[in-house]
Order: sequence, then structure tokens, then C-alpha cells
Amino acid sequence: MNKMILGRYIPGDSFIHRLDPRTKLLATFYYIAVIFLANNWQSYLLATVVTLAIIPVSKVSLRFFLNGLLPVLFLIVFTVLIQVFFTTGGHVYWHWGWLSVTSLGLTNAGFIFVRLVLIIFMSTLLTLTTPSLSLADAVESLLKPLAKIHFPVTEVALMLSIALRFVPTLLDQTTKTMNAQRARGVDFGSGGLFKQVKTIVPLFIPLFVTAFTMADELATAMEARGYRDGYGRTRFRVLRYGRGDLLAAVVLILLTLGLIFLRN
Amino acid sequence: MDITFDHVSYTYQANTPMAGVGLDDVSVTIHGGAYTAIIGHTGSGKSTLLQHLNALLKPTSGTVRIGERMITPSTSNKNLHPLRKKVGMVFQFAESQLFAATVREDVAFGPRNFGVSAEDADALAVQMVARVGLPEDVLDRSPFDLSGGQMRRVAIAGVLAMQPEVLVLDEPTAGLDPAGRREMMALFAKLHADGQTIVLVTHQMDDVADFADDVLVMDQGKVVRQGHPKEIFQDAQWLLDHQLGLPRTTQFALRLQQKGFKFDHLPLTTPELAQMLAEQLGGARHE
Repeated sequence: MNKMILGRYIPGDSFIHRLDPRTKLLATFYYIAVIFLANNWQSYLLATVVTLAIIPVSKVSLRFFLNGLLPVLFLIVFTVLIQVFFTTGGHVYWHWGWLSVTSLGLTNAGFIFVRLVLIIFMSTLLTLTTPSLSLADAVESLLKPLAKIHFPVTEVALMLSIALRFVPTLLDQTTKTMNAQRARGVDFGSGGLFKQVKTIVPLFIPLFVTAFTMADELATAMEARGYRDGYGRTRFRVLRYGRGDLLAAVVLILLTLGLIFLRN
Repeated sequence: MDITFDHVSYTYQANTPMAGVGLDDVSVTIHGGAYTAIIGHTGSGKSTLLQHLNALLKPTSGTVRIGERMITPSTSNKNLHPLRKKVGMVFQFAESQLFAATVREDVAFGPRNFGVSAEDADALAVQMVARVGLPEDVLDRSPFDLSGGQMRRVAIAGVLAMQPEVLVLDEPTAGLDPAGRREMMALFAKLHADGQTIVLVTHQMDDVADFADDVLVMDQGKVVRQGHPKEIFQDAQWLLDHQLGLPRTTQFALRLQQKGFKFDHLPLTTPELAQMLAEQLGGARHE
């Protein structure tokens, strides 16, 4: 379970940790959009340099970012291979049936590879430096205008924070259940496909039962403490933009201008 | 079958900022045939130690010898099957491991995984359900229709059905009512009398005094003391310093001591205390 770096918060007190979670959330989305402006090696170089300059500011070891790539490694390799073999144009290096390796294909594959890695680095930066509850707060705060059109913002935010809150709990429960079934002779992750599928039942049924029990108990506990709905509630964690958030915005604007300037 | 720890250390999430010590240079032997109790406050490393007993965790350094098998940091995760059969483990709130449609299937699940034929596994299920004190008619009911205490028994029957050489129990009576607790402890005592090696993690010092013949005291990932309950419970102040308690009888004897009674060693069980008091008060031999 320790490989699941997405969604793992690393406590710290860096400039990035202290940014308002709304800034970090919006900045990540903005970055993912703006990186599509890059379309030549100069603009990709700029994006890479900026990203690699931002990462050390978080004071989180680069190893965590590389680990963040692991779960999506297959996706990256797959996308890159498709680009290599199916893009045609430019000089042809190799050709077999409808597969061909061309200079344009290689360039595109390189660009896509860099783009995916940068996007994953940035989203890993968000999840490594922001506790999930702060993220939920940020979503609630950003969705607030939708309340005007009767969108249940507080309920959605509550669902989101409960879901996030229970991810580690359910992971712990998964480990416990796996251990209990291992002790009864189940070999998770070995044997043929059929054998592996069969190990799902003794793992998931206890997990579902526990999840439902926990949900039920949580609902009772919330009612016992007088929870009704979110309207008019004050907040324990108040979000405020600061000077750092302005700086983050400036960096992103400069990045955007740079990309527009450098792209073809 | 002995289980021997030789300079075993275990670190959680090694090489990350969240690294935490689970075990710190533990060297200890759990003897075959013994009833070993492991005590220690929450977070002292008891559960980590337990998970080394059947190689659910492998040491970060040092070796664990389980019977003939050596477990080292480089042991592969494959072929641990035979160990899991030898060391049966009842986890905390074991009822949460139940999953099958009927009690019969759930109890037979362990033996089936270890290659016992369907017929023999079913016979074991019937036998073990009776042994944990459940009526025969629960066999074909869904485990989820039973009460919490009954579910716990089904889970324990499921582990017993594996016929392990060593039975490891992690707070098996937590959350049970007093009658259920007594029955459960009596069951383990009977298994031990029949030759079963038992390792019990508990916070109930009365159970330690009544049943165990060897006690490991854990603190901050280390085994700080090992000995017979008689020795361990003599040093009342030391136990309190380690956030542990005393058996009720011993507590009572300590208070009597403050009022002028004299004991050459503190009694652990009610009969023992009664005998000592009878002698001091000049009465005849207590029966």
C-alpha cells in the first residue's frame, strides 16, 4: 500500500505547504491547461525548467515525485509507443506494414512524454504538500458561487471530505483484512488469473461490511452531535489568500507569457 | 515448535520521513508448549511482534526462526504457506475477517487453502464450531446473522480448523461481555492443557496471572522483561512506571500490605491469596 503516493501528504513547512489550498488547486489545474501551449522544444524546455525549479521549493525529496510516476508508468509508456509508431511525417527511419518510426513521431512522443511527466509532477506536488481535508475545504470554497443555483455545495463538500478522510482508514482496513486472510492461507498476487480473482471475495466482502458499518456509525455519531446541514456553519480552518499566493499567480502568468512567446 | 527472535528490528515505512520504529533489537524465544502472554501499553510494539510470528512482516534486520524456517530481511514472500499453517493467528476483532455465505464454509476456508479435502475440511468445521461452544445449527447460517460474540467464535473456529501448532491471539476477548470472556479464556486454557502452544496479547492482567506461564513485557519496541507471571508481578512500581497494571488480587494484596499484612511474595490469584491470608490469620489450611 505504501506505493500509493498519489494522495499521500508529506508534512512540512515550505513556501508551497503554506500556500492557500485554493491557490494550489487552481494553479495545478491552470498549469495542466497551460502546458498544452507548449509545442516546440524551446517552450517544453521552459516548462521543464520552471517545474524543476518549483519542486525543490516544497523541500520534498525528488524520490517521492519519481514514485508518483510509478502507478501511471504503463499509461505513459503506452501513449509514447502509440506516438512513436503511428505518427507519420518527416524522415522515415523504419517501416513495417502500417507501423513506422518517423522523425515527427519521435519528436511528438518526446513532447508527450515530457508533458505527461510534468503534469504528474505538478499534481503530485499538490497532493504531497496539501492535506486532503484542506483540499476539500478548497473545493467547497471554490464551489460556493454555485449555491446560488441551488447546487448543494456544503453537502458535496462534506461528502468529499468524508470520502478523503476515510481513504487511509479503508487502506488500513484492507491491510488488516489481507493479513487476516493471509494468515488463513490466501496468497494474494500469486497463481493464475482465476486463482487471483478468487482471492478478491475474502478481501472485499469483509471490506464492504466494515465500510457500511463505519458509515452507519459515523452517521449516528454526527446526528448525536447535532449535525443537520452545513448552512450558517462557521469554519475551524479559515482560508485566506496571502502574499505567497500572489507570488504563485505571478509565476504562473510569467510561465504563460513565456510559453506564448516561445511557441510556434 | 519454538519461535526465536535474534536481534530483530523492524522499521515502519523505512527510508521515508514517516519512518517509525516497530521493533528495536528484540531477542526472545517463545517456547513450544508454553502459554506466553505479551503485555505492554498501546504502541509498545506488541502487534508488530505478533506479525513476525507467521512472517506477515519480515524483520528489517535480524532473523526470526519459526520451527525449522529462518526468516531474514531477504526472505522471499513465496512459499510462506507452510508457516501460515503452523502458526494460526486470531487478530483483534477477528469477526471482521468473516466473508463466506455460511459458517460452515467460512470455518472450512483455512483448511481448504492448505490443501485439506472438502470432506475433511467440513468435518473440521463441524468439530471446531462445537469446540468454540456454538450450537450445531449455526453451521448453515450466514455468519452475518450472528451476534458479535458468536461471530468472534466463528472466526476463532476458522483459525483452529487450520490445526496450527502455535495459536496466536491478539486481544481475543476485547469487546466481549464478562461471561463470554470467561468462556473464551477457559477454551484457550483447555487447548493449552491439550498441548497447544499459545501466545496471547492482552491488557487483562487477571488473565495473565490466571493462565500464562511466561510473560513478555514490551515497551518502545523492546522486550524489557521476560519471566513467569510470579516474577513479573512482584515489582508493582516498575509495572506502573511502564503504564501497566496488576492483577486485581495483587492490587488487593498490596493494599492489605499497607495495612500491616506481610507477604513474602505478592499473590496473583484468589486461591493463592486466600491460602496466604488463612495462614496469617492463624486459621487452618484453606481449602
